[in-house]
Amino acid sequence: MKAIIATTIFGIIMMFASFMVNNKSAISTLAVVLFAALLGVNIWDLVTTPANAPQLFYNNMLRVEHYSLWFNTLMTGCSLLYVLLMGKEIQKVGTHVAEYFALILFILCGVYILSTYNNLLMLFIGIEILSIPQYILAGSDKRNLKSSEASLKYFLMGAFSTGILLMGITLLYGAARTFDITEMVSILHSDALNPLALAGIMFIMIVLSFKVSAAPMHMWTPDVYDGSPTPFTAYMATIVKAAAFFAFLRLFQVSFNSLSEHWTIILAIITAATLLVGNVTAVFQQSVKRMLAYSSIAQAGFMLFAILAVNAIAWQGIIIYAVAYSVATIGIFSVLVKLKDYTYDGFNGLAKKEPLLAFTASIFLFSLAGIPLTGGFMAKYYVVLAVVQQGHLLWLVIFALLMAAISVYYYFRVIIAMYFKPGTPELTSQVTAGDKLMLIVTCIIVLLLGILPQLFLNNI
Amino acid sequence: MVLIFLILIPLLTGIISFTLKGDGAKALALISSILTMAVSAYVSGTNYTAPITYAHDWIPILGTQFSLVADGMSSMLCLLTGIVVMVVMIVSVNKTVEKPGAFYGFLLLSQAGLMGVFLAYDALLFYVFWELALIPVYFLCSQWGGEKRIPVTFKFFIYTFVGSLMMLAGLIYLSTQTQGVSSYAWGDIVRAGTSLSPEKQQWLFWLIFIAFAIKMPIFPFHTWQPDTYEQSPTPVTIILSALMVKMGLYAILRWLLPVLPAGVAYWSDTVVVLAVIGIVYASCIAIVQTDIKRLIAYSSIAHMGLMAAVAFSGSSVGMHGIMVQMFNHGITITGMWIIVSIIEDRWGTRDMTKLGGMATVAPKMAIAFVIISLASIGLPLTNNFIGEFMLFNGLFSGTEANHMVMMAIAGLGIILGAVYTLNMIQKTTYGEAVAMLKGKDVSINEYLGLAIIISLVLFLGVYPKPLLDLTSGIASMIVK
Repeated sequence: MKAIIATTIFGIIMMFASFMVNNKSAISTLAVVLFAALLGVNIWDLVTTPANAPQLFYNNMLRVEHYSLWFNTLMTGCSLLYVLLMGKEIQKVGTHVAEYFALILFILCGVYILSTYNNLLMLFIGIEILSIPQYILAGSDKRNLKSSEASLKYFLMGAFSTGILLMGITLLYGAARTFDITEMVSILHSDALNPLALAGIMFIMIVLSFKVSAAPMHMWTPDVYDGSPTPFTAYMATIVKAAAFFAFLRLFQVSFNSLSEHWTIILAIITAATLLVGNVTAVFQQSVKRMLAYSSIAQAGFMLFAILAVNAIAWQGIIIYAVAYSVATIGIFSVLVKLKDYTYDGFNGLAKKEPLLAFTASIFLFSLAGIPLTGGFMAKYYVVLAVVQQGHLLWLVIFALLMAAISVYYYFRVIIAMYFKPGTPELTSQVTAGDKLMLIVTCIIVLLLGILPQLFLNNI
Repeated sequence: MVLIFLILIPLLTGIISFTLKGDGAKALALISSILTMAVSAYVSGTNYTAPITYAHDWIPILGTQFSLVADGMSSMLCLLTGIVVMVVMIVSVNKTVEKPGAFYGFLLLSQAGLMGVFLAYDALLFYVFWELALIPVYFLCSQWGGEKRIPVTFKFFIYTFVGSLMMLAGLIYLSTQTQGVSSYAWGDIVRAGTSLSPEKQQWLFWLIFIAFAIKMPIFPFHTWQPDTYEQSPTPVTIILSALMVKMGLYAILRWLLPVLPAGVAYWSDTVVVLAVIGIVYASCIAIVQTDIKRLIAYSSIAHMGLMAAVAFSGSSVGMHGIMVQMFNHGITITGMWIIVSIIEDRWGTRDMTKLGGMATVAPKMAIAFVIISLASIGLPLTNNFIGEFMLFNGLFSGTEANHMVMMAIAGLGIILGAVYTLNMIQKTTYGEAVAMLKGKDVSINEYLGLAIIISLVLFLGVYPKPLLDLTSGIASMIVK
């Protein structure tokens, strides 16, 4: 696991850069170089690890499978894409640019731990490493009251959920007498299940649902996503969420697989509630940013499908969903930050003024809505397939697809505003050739995900 | 290999068209549509001997293949698509639209999607093309349509999207039921579907059927249709009514009847009743319309309702009649819309009460209008007569006894159809002449487009054998 060490070192380099380098754009360039290097380290990890042979690290604290490394590599790739698309916007948030990049690198450290943990304590540490930089990033726009509110709200809620997580882990330890998630499998039996273990599983499920903003633990999401500076919202809503999902899936697939009869129905209700709340509330939003916050809740509902389906396709589903959703969301946010007005009306007439921006935004929205030939379709397809293969819960599939149809309503409102309504949107900055190039690259990735998804699943 | 061109030509020219301006786009679209039409004619021509196939690996881990097959039904619909799009392009030559590059680009993309739907022999591929045909049409209606276009097309899109998602769920379920590894190939889906228990087929039927019912549209899923037809620009209305509704019917014949026979048997009475209600209901509403575009929209619901009713009656003559009638209805209604667009262009209104005396002002157009209208009521020696005759024959010889009643009620549709169509002809063509706002009788390109339509109407009315031969094998196969 060279990547964990590398991301820490790179983060520290970035922190040093904050007082060694004064030039903001130099810092951005350094960040791009470091993220690219990190991607390189991940690929190095990937090719040097033999397939089909999990490796244990640090006294069995981490267990590295091939698909975890593949997930890490893809998420690092998404982060690189994020830095390339958002670098300029991150510079505008505040004065401590280098620190922002350093915090994002630390978040990635949390991502790597969450994708490979083999021990409940590592789960806890991973979640904390993932969350704490986010509390800071959420409040980084200090002049903005909403940003401070977001940070405080997120921190308080996050701290509270951490407490519940620890409680859950303790109860589980009481029942299983181990923190090791693979050892636990042989101790927790469905027929003679210790009630402590069941309570522990429920607590952990609640906390992980909180982290992935599943209803009814989603209350923090709209305020935090709306209040945080837009570039950081983009990161929180994508890579961070995907990592939390991967951790969720890892625990429930590896340790609690045989107990699924006890938790499936609760998780199914959570999924249905998430889909309902996310989609229906998104319809009524006036601000696109807030709509995207609710849409991220709605998308989480679909990702929960992967956890409900305790089978092999679920892994592929979560990976393809994580990538497709992350790339499209980062893309749409990178269009959003260019606009001054975040309401739907702010998008009016964008197609006339910036045809490329409108076109790529449409592709990203198509992907989020799950239109074929975009990544979003394949993502939804995989998770639905995983649940259908499981056999039961078909009612949930049909419900989810109805909700997906609702989602078309609010995603297409943006397209309607851009293409069919007159107006001249105000932009915060000129759209440079570099921006356009990156948007086209992102667009191509979205389409590739939709046309040839196997490219992104070759290793599992 | 030749099949891939049916999709590639419109797809590539469509994409190129977005970069062109003015007449360049128009010329490209015309050339492309003629080429596609030639290829589809070639495909239909060779089809009398053996179906053409094409397959290429697509996503092997999902068990899906890029597999195209042109049997009699597919090649017939491809030919229809080729002809209709070509005629659309011909009559559009003297029209000007805003942003022609995008307009013709979207038209060609929707043609590519339609071709894909008619050719796909893999369920997932079929679904992808099904959506792909819809999205360009959504943009066409929303950007170039009438006053209320945005809410209307939005409704249309959501309606059809809900249906498609339900169908997707059904198809995914079927693919997981295939023997061994999951597969989307048509044959595997059919085997999986037929081997399911009748109870499962019964609920799966609705998942899949609803998408097709919305597209056709069958009562009570039709409410998007008149508004969308009315608000769309005429070339798009033609694509919608002549081709896209056929997608629904075609999909029933290919992806529903053979796949879920027990489900179909269980629900067929329900569908027949719904379809017959639709025929009578739409015909009654058509009678009171004064806007000719809306009138034709409702008449289209009635015509499609008849085909839907027969599709579920399980007779092989009827099935054969549907195939023939799909083609004929596509041709006739294209002619109708061309006339409507000429009327709208010359007189500036579609209101029957404000029109009249076209026979004296524009005799050529009036003649064409009368011929096409008579074809649409199914007068002997016109193409629709053959189709409707076979349809009623099918409904009559169906397996169920109560189909007699159904036939009698559906027969009302024919009578009502004559009422509103003749009323329309009378009000617009005869009576006191209303002067044209601009232009004169049909222009050269419109003349050419109408000539193609009318010669097909008369030719297939007198000598329908080529069409009957093309589709006879596949019709008996579906009923079996």
